Amino acid sequence: MARLVTPRKNASINPLKTSTPMGAALAYLGIDGAVPLFHGAQGCSSFALTLGVRHFKEDMPLQTTAIGEVETVLGGAENLEEALVNVAGRMKPKFIGVASTALIETRGEDFPADIVSILRRRHELDRTAVVFASTPDFSGALEDGWAKAVTAIIESLVVPGERRAKAGTQINILAGVHQTAGDIDALRDLAAAFGLRAVVLPDLSGSLDGHVNAEFSPATSGGTALEDIADLGEAVATIAIGEHMRPAAEALEGLTGVPSRVFATLTGLQPADELIAFLADISGREVPASIRRQRSQLVDAMLDCHFYLGGRKIALGADPDLLYSMSAFFAGLGAKIVAAVTTTSHSPLLVEVPAEEVVVGDLMDLEERAGEAGAGLIVTHSHGRQAAERLGLKHLRVGFPIFDRLGVQHRATVGYAGTRSFLYEVANMFLADIGEKTPEDFASSRVPEFQLQESDHAGATFAGH
Amino acid sequence: MASNLNAKVAELFNEPGCATNRSKSEGERKKGCAKRLTPGAAAGGCAFDGAKIALQPITDAVHLVHGPFACEGNSWDGRNVATSGPKTYRLGVTTDLSELDIVMGNGEKRLYRAIKDVVARYDPPAVFVYETCVPAMIGDDIDAVCRHAAEKLGTPCIPVHAPGFAGSKNLGNKLAGAALFDHVIGTVEPETTTPTDIVILGEYNLSGELWQIRPLLEQLGIRVLACITGDARYREIATAHRARVTMVSCSAALINVARKLEERWGIPYFEGSFYGISDTSTALRTLAKLLVERGASEGLLARTEALIAEEEARAWQRIAPYRPVLKDKRVILYTGGVKSWSIVSALQEAGMKIVATSVRKSTDEDKARIEALMEDPHMVGSVPAREMYAQLKRGEADILLSGGKTQFVALKAKVPWLDINQERHQAYAGYDGMVNLVAELAKSLSNPVWEDIRRPAPWEKGPAEAGEPAVTEA
Repeated sequence: MARLVTPRKNASINPLKTSTPMGAALAYLGIDGAVPLFHGAQGCSSFALTLGVRHFKEDMPLQTTAIGEVETVLGGAENLEEALVNVAGRMKPKFIGVASTALIETRGEDFPADIVSILRRRHELDRTAVVFASTPDFSGALEDGWAKAVTAIIESLVVPGERRAKAGTQINILAGVHQTAGDIDALRDLAAAFGLRAVVLPDLSGSLDGHVNAEFSPATSGGTALEDIADLGEAVATIAIGEHMRPAAEALEGLTGVPSRVFATLTGLQPADELIAFLADISGREVPASIRRQRSQLVDAMLDCHFYLGGRKIALGADPDLLYSMSAFFAGLGAKIVAAVTTTSHSPLLVEVPAEEVVVGDLMDLEERAGEAGAGLIVTHSHGRQAAERLGLKHLRVGFPIFDRLGVQHRATVGYAGTRSFLYEVANMFLADIGEKTPEDFASSRVPEFQLQESDHAGATFAGH
Repeated sequence: MASNLNAKVAELFNEPGCATNRSKSEGERKKGCAKRLTPGAAAGGCAFDGAKIALQPITDAVHLVHGPFACEGNSWDGRNVATSGPKTYRLGVTTDLSELDIVMGNGEKRLYRAIKDVVARYDPPAVFVYETCVPAMIGDDIDAVCRHAAEKLGTPCIPVHAPGFAGSKNLGNKLAGAALFDHVIGTVEPETTTPTDIVILGEYNLSGELWQIRPLLEQLGIRVLACITGDARYREIATAHRARVTMVSCSAALINVARKLEERWGIPYFEGSFYGISDTSTALRTLAKLLVERGASEGLLARTEALIAEEEARAWQRIAPYRPVLKDKRVILYTGGVKSWSIVSALQEAGMKIVATSVRKSTDEDKARIEALMEDPHMVGSVPAREMYAQLKRGEADILLSGGKTQFVALKAKVPWLDINQERHQAYAGYDGMVNLVAELAKSLSNPVWEDIRRPAPWEKGPAEAGEPAVTEA
């Protein structure tokens, strides 16, 4: 059980958070034919767009209602209307996802009512689905924005009522913001192995997986189809990944009666076992030989890799669900989580993180704690590079944004196979500089110091203070 | 809204140093430069973005962003501006205003404490405090907070009034320049001065480009008293008023600072560019001439001519080997401003053909230069992504030179692309920079990957043809 700590601070130095509207934009981008629209100043969307492009190495649509000085005084409803009509006319999207920003929320307007009235009057928007989520920057972080957008999509676009008319082979997957395109592909394949067709919402594996189209498309090409969203009620079950997807799963269950199960994490042997048992159960099928083989391969990888992870000191910085997932993975292989920093305090999972404390803070909190605890590896997104550089630590990039590595959207960490390849990646980082021993490694002056630190730490753990 | 900000913006719109302003009627000038953005069809950064771009390269200062999270949180550690020393500027620091701060009006208190914290932690020579939309809207008086903090803590705190809703990135550049002029320049006297001290305005040391220029100046005995703001230290900028000559580079975004330096301190300025071979020579020549006019020894002129002759010969000589690869290759130059013409001669010298060059942000002067340089100049305005894609897909060019925004238009059309704007990781300034650019072009165009990826998939052809060598669409 971890203690949740929120240091009182006046300035955030080197933020760990990513903004709430950014999370909403990413969720909207997982819909086919989508254009996300920020209700705010032009810079709000420009920064988010640049950051998104840096991570995915893909172009993406993201528009703005371009609130200027006049509108901050007089109200932004007219800009919202003009923006919706312009986006629909110019980019011909099937779907526009609106996310509010701090600027417009500080002013405070009744946005849902504005949208209802705009849609009633402007018939140019008749063939475009418009969804709104309230996502001011001053409340929450990436996971919250993503979750709010998914919930808004479900509440606006799903046809209510249970309608299990088709063959009973559909399964819904509500992906968390920490799932990559590679994760989603892997989950879809796993479902298929049990004869299930997975409908994934949001589906970044279709829209931001890095693909080359034959034609130019101003909106997203690929992602969850609107028809599939309408038909989410046809599934036999819904899998939600991460605690932040629970509200969306509950909303869907409330609308359609489709039973849902929230998986806290899908990385690691036991979480993968739980997923496979669940799929076998709802499909009524035996676990296929190929998946049994994958499990055996993962077990072998754990045997081979545990030498390099056991006793390692890890400093983790991530949004709550990713933090929990990574901490369970590392702790499960004998590593110690010596620093854990997260972005918001909303998640009930945070106290389950296998560390003494979880700090709601920034990368400077992570850097200081990693330094004090003598961490050997820092696990966070690309912005952690400054901390890693100053501390001379290895840096495993996870989460969003990862802008200084290529192909990150294809890295899968879920299920037996995903866990296996991720485990090898981590172990290889340690193995890479295992080096040859020199006499200095055994100098007597250093040995007691090392032992002292170790016993100190162990004592602290047992004392449980 | 802060009347202060409105006054500042109005002043910038009247800036007599700006060529665009000069060409306008009085009525047009009153309307200002800021076109109203079209909701749902806008692109580009805001005024805060522009202000940060202009000031962040001051390497030893703390840059503190006062506002809700996203302004700094989504943008920090993003630009590739290099430092030869301090790394304080790379920190991402924000007051990260919460809902409670905004509702309770705690913004000013929080800002003061934030300044106090960062001063205690980093002891910087100065703290730049950026105002963003929300504090501007709720009326936080950051001038008062900065004044109070500077008095109490003994560290200069510079308020930068550039909330995003004030306008474009370019306006933000200018507002940043105004902040430097109002609060920084002239506040410190240099330890020594020389007759060859200069200020460079609008050079940000992207990818280390200043270091392609500085050695040339050093060879001539010219001292960069302050570069505003590439690889800068706060105190250098504070002493800029003792320079003899100002050079304004990069799209004249800081022309207001140059003109005020002339007005208040009598420092003459000129607009020049270090992009392109002949432009680099012209800039060096003008610098030397103006310095001599202001009392530097006459010998500088001859030394400059000798250096130019030597460097130009060496550059052309180094470009020559690339001619076979680049000859008759067709380029679209999609940038704007100075770059719409300044690299044309190097590309032509390498044997390339300019299919089109964009003049989106170019002045009439820029356009005249293009006409002088090219036999059949094809100037284009803003090209929608869809059209650009179609043009490239039809094979109308062999390579696109542009900024990051159009990168994927080219790549998805399977056409080579080279970044020549601000996000680039290559340094293209001065003589070496142009050789570097030509080398990068050759590297890109001669890569076998293009032929490989344009080959159809096996199932897109009859089985007999599937194994045949590549046929390109062009």
